[in-house]
Amino acid sequence: MKKYKEKLIEFFLKLTALVTILTTIGIIWVLLSESISFFKEVSILEFITDKQWTPLFARKHFGIMPLISGTILTTIIALCVSLPIGLTIAIYLSEYAHIKIKKTIKPLLEILAAVPTVVYGFFALMVVTPFLQNIIPGLAGFNSLSAGIVMGIMIIPFISSLSEDALSSVPRSLRDASYGMGATRLQTSFKVMVPAASSGIVVSVILAFSRAIGETMIVAIAAGQQPRLTLNPLVPVETITAYIVQVSLGDVAHGSLEYKTIFAAGITLFVFTFILNNISYWIRKKFREEYE
Amino acid sequence: MNNGKINRVKDTIFKYVGILACSIGLILLAIFIGNILIDGFSRIDLDFLTSLPSRKAEKAGILTAWSGSLWIVVLTFFISVPIGVCAGIYLEEYGKKGRLTNLLEINISNLAGVPSIIYGLLGLEIFVRLSKMGSSVLAGSFTLSLLILPIIIVATREALRAVPSSIRAASYGLGASKWQTIWYQVLPASSGGILTGVILAISRAVGETAPLIVVGALAYVPFTPKGIMDEFTVLPIQIFNWVSRPQHEFSINAAAAIIILLIITFALNGIAVYFRNKWQKKLS
Amino acid sequence: MKIKLESKNVDVYYDKLKALSNINMIIPENAVTALIGPSGCGKSTFLRLFNRMNDYIDSFKLSGDVLIDGQNIYEKNILVDELRKNVGMVFQKPNPFPKSIFDNVAYGLKIQGIKDKEFLRKRVKDALVQAALWDEVKDDLNKSALSLSGGQQQRVCIARTLAVEPTILLMDEPTSALDPIATTKVEQLITSLKEKYTIVIVTHNMQQAGRISDYTSFFYMGDLIEFDKTDVIFTNPKQKQTENYITGRFG
Repeated sequence: MKKYKEKLIEFFLKLTALVTILTTIGIIWVLLSESISFFKEVSILEFITDKQWTPLFARKHFGIMPLISGTILTTIIALCVSLPIGLTIAIYLSEYAHIKIKKTIKPLLEILAAVPTVVYGFFALMVVTPFLQNIIPGLAGFNSLSAGIVMGIMIIPFISSLSEDALSSVPRSLRDASYGMGATRLQTSFKVMVPAASSGIVVSVILAFSRAIGETMIVAIAAGQQPRLTLNPLVPVETITAYIVQVSLGDVAHGSLEYKTIFAAGITLFVFTFILNNISYWIRKKFREEYE
Repeated sequence: MNNGKINRVKDTIFKYVGILACSIGLILLAIFIGNILIDGFSRIDLDFLTSLPSRKAEKAGILTAWSGSLWIVVLTFFISVPIGVCAGIYLEEYGKKGRLTNLLEINISNLAGVPSIIYGLLGLEIFVRLSKMGSSVLAGSFTLSLLILPIIIVATREALRAVPSSIRAASYGLGASKWQTIWYQVLPASSGGILTGVILAISRAVGETAPLIVVGALAYVPFTPKGIMDEFTVLPIQIFNWVSRPQHEFSINAAAAIIILLIITFALNGIAVYFRNKWQKKLS
Repeated sequence: MKIKLESKNVDVYYDKLKALSNINMIIPENAVTALIGPSGCGKSTFLRLFNRMNDYIDSFKLSGDVLIDGQNIYEKNILVDELRKNVGMVFQKPNPFPKSIFDNVAYGLKIQGIKDKEFLRKRVKDALVQAALWDEVKDDLNKSALSLSGGQQQRVCIARTLAVEPTILLMDEPTSALDPIATTKVEQLITSLKEKYTIVIVTHNMQQAGRISDYTSFFYMGDLIEFDKTDVIFTNPKQKQTENYITGRFG
C-alpha cells in the first residue's frame, strides 16, 4: 500500500516536470504551424531577401531583414555598453575588491536586472533621448542609440555576475602562482584569470546577447516602429519584438496574413535565441567537466 | 619610468576604473529614480489609486491597472507554484541520471532563455484561441505561469540541493519512505530557499508587459475584473500606454505609476533577500 | 655563513588567532633550510612571510621585522612585485598556467615587459636546463603544460620561478602531490640548486628534510622550538618536543 502511494506520487511529480516539455513542444508547434501557413502565401526567398517590411501598408513587402537589422543594431549598442562595464566590474570584484565590498555590490547591481523593462523604456525615451539630443543635434525622438544604451545598462549584471562567478571558480593556486612571480593584479587578471575563465565569460556574453535580442519593451517604447534596413543609430528603427507588440496592439483578425506575420517574426527570433542558448549550454557543460 | 613602475601605475588606474564601472550603473539608476520621483511623486494621491482610466490625464487613475495586476499575480501564483515546486522536486530528488532527466534539464535551461514575447505568442494561440479563454485574466495568468516556471524550478532545485544530506540519511535511517523524507524533512528545511525563488519569480511576473500585450490585455479597460474570465489590464501596460502618448500630462501619470510599480518590485525583492538571508543562517 | 633571511620578534595574527609568536630566526645564504612541524604549526605562514603572500588574507596582521639582506620587507616603501621577482615560490600542488610550456616559463619575464624573442628563448632554455627538464620537453615547448605528468608539471613551475632569476626560493611542500620517482627528481634538483640560491622548504616528510636540508627548524603551535644544523636536529636535538616529533611520537 505504502509502496503504491510512493509510486503514485512519483508519477504525479513526473507529470509536472513534463509540463516544461509540453511548453517547448507548444512553442515550437505554435510558431511552426502559423509560420508554415504564412510561408504558403509569402515565399521564403522574399522573406529573406526583400529589403522592406511593410505588411501593414497597402503595398505589402515581407522582407524580414529590416527587423533583423533593427534587432542586431540595438543589441550591438547594448553590448558595447554592457560588455566593457560588466567585465571591468567582474574583474574588479574578483581581483581587487575586499570581500565585504563584493558582497554588497553584487546584489546591488542585480537590482538593475530586477527593474521592469517598461520602466527602462520610459527612462530611454524621456531622459536619455532628450539628454543625447543636446549633444547630438540630428538625433531623432525615437532611435536605436538610447534604446541600446539603456538596454546595455539593464544587462550589465548579466555579464558582471556570471563573469565574476567564472573568475572566482578559477583555482586559487593559479592566482598565487602569478602573484608569487611579482605580477600585479592587473597582469594576473588579464594574463591568467581571464584566459582561465574564458569559457564562463563567453557564456555570460552569449546569454546577455540572447537577452538583448529578445528584449521588447525598451525598444518598443524608445527605438520607434519604422522597419528600416540601416546601421545608423540616430534614426527610428523597428526590432522583431517591437513589431510583434505593434501588431498585437492593433486589431488584427485571426487568420489574416498580418496575424501570421507575428509568428513568422517570432520564429525568426526564437531560432536566434535558441541557437545562442544552446551554444552557451554546451560551453557551460564542457567547462564544468574541465574543473571536475 | 621602468616597466615595473608602468605596471604599478596601470594597476592603480584599473582599480579606479573598476570603482567607476561599479558605480556607473547604480548612479544612472539613482538619477533615473530621482527623475521619476520629481516627475511623478506629486501626482500620487488617493484619487490616482482609486480612479478609472480616462482620456483626461489629470482625471485618470490606476484602479483597473493595479487590480488587474493583483488578479494576475494571485492566479499566476496558484498555477505556477505547485507545478514548479513539484517539477523541481522531481528533477532533484527522483530524476535518475538518464536520457529523460538530461532532456528535461536542457529543456528548462532553454525555456529560461526564450524571450518573454514568445510566451505571449504561445499564450495567444493556445489559451486565448484554442482553449477559447479569450483575452482573459485566466489566459494571461497561464501565459505568465509558463514564463516563470523555469525560474521556480531552478530555485526549488537549488534550495533542495542545499539541504544537508545528513537530514535525509537520518530520516531514512528511521525507516521513512522517500516521499515521507521529502515531505517532513527536506521540504521544510528548504522552504526558505524555495520561498525566495517564488517571490523573485512573482516579482518578475508583476513587471512583465510584452507577453500580456500579445495575449491581448487591453490598455484601456473601464472596469476592474470581477472574475477570471474578464478582460483586464495591468500596471506595466498602463504605463506603456501613457508613455506612448505625446501629451506631457500623461508622462507624469506614467512616472507616478512607475513609482508604484517600482515600490512593489523593490519590496518583493527586498522580502526575497530577507528570506534568503534568514534561511541561509538557519541552514548553516 | 652569510645570513640571507631573518625574522625578529615576529608575531602573526589571523583576526584574534595567534599563528606565530615571537619568532626569531636566521636563514643562511646558499643553503637549504627545512621547516618542519605538525599541520597548523605555522610553518607555511612563516614561509609566506618572505614573499608577502599572506598580504592577500584579509585578517592577516604582523608585528616584528622580516629582513632580506638586512632590509625590512614590510616597510612602506617596499614594492611587493619587485620583492617577489627576487623571492620565487613553488607551491604544494603543481599549478602551471593553462598555457604552453614555453609561455609558462616565460611568464615572469613577459610581465616584466621583456619582448625580445631571442632573449626569452635563451632564458626559457636555461631555466628548463636548471630545472632538469630540458631534455624531456625540448621538442614540445608549445604543448600545453597541463599535458605533462605531475612531476614534470612541478619542474615546469620550478623552471618558471628560476627564469626570473631570483636569489631565494620558497618551497611549500613541493613534493607532497608527487609520486616517489618524481619526488626523487625534484629532491635532486633542489640539492643542485643550492649553489646559486637560498632555499627554504616546508615539508611534512622528515626523511626528506634529512636528505636535502642543511639546516632544520622545528615549529610547534606557532612557536619556533628549535633551529640548528640538520644533522644536529636529527641526531642530537636539545628540546624534548623536537625529539618526540623526529622520532615519530606525535604529529
